Amino acid sequence: MTHLAELPAWAQLLASFFILVGAFVTLIGAVGLLTLRSFYDRIHVPTLGSTWGAGGILLASIIIFSVLQSRAVLHEVLIAIFLTVTMPVVLMLLGRAALYRDRTEGVETVPPMEAVSGLPEDAPDETDGK
Amino acid sequence: MSATILMWSVTIAHVLLAVAMVCQAIRFIRGPRAQDRVMAFDAFYVSSMLLLLTFGIRTGTTLYFEAALVISLLGFVSTVALAKFLMRGEVIE
Repeated sequence: MTHLAELPAWAQLLASFFILVGAFVTLIGAVGLLTLRSFYDRIHVPTLGSTWGAGGILLASIIIFSVLQSRAVLHEVLIAIFLTVTMPVVLMLLGRAALYRDRTEGVETVPPMEAVSGLPEDAPDETDGK
Repeated sequence: MSATILMWSVTIAHVLLAVAMVCQAIRFIRGPRAQDRVMAFDAFYVSSMLLLLTFGIRTGTTLYFEAALVISLLGFVSTVALAKFLMRGEVIE
């Protein structure tokens, strides 16, 4: 732990705050993943870990390594950008896959296809870009 | 004094992230359907990536950062492939 003792006090306090915020928000997301009831409730909570969970720990990492090496260490921004871009894509695909599976099995709790598309009955069938 | 604070907060972050990974692993084992398991897996690799980043802060090496980057890349690709498989029954059509 010698390298951490070389940091000035403001950097240590700021980094501690961001690390704790990130880890705690990730834990809240994980507990929500365990306790929420249906899949469509649970699909919201992994975003806690990928936004402020990752953001806090990456900010702390940027602060610590930038102060230690006396230059701006920004390669953590790569991970932040990557998570911001990929997490909506993943959850969108997963939600659509779950909705498709529930509809084909005739689960009553999900809205049927007609109510979502909103097309009148006599309209020509359009492929909705699946 | 403040070095002790930072060391303790990194340790607490390790514990919190490990508990988060345990919760996600329980959901992965229990999850009633396949999409629950895939989502728990997705959250699991994000938490493991954060755990590796905190290890990197603790040891002061950038080696853990590379591992975290590789985990985030491979986790995205594998989750997309699994979601595609759940939807269509095959990955590459």
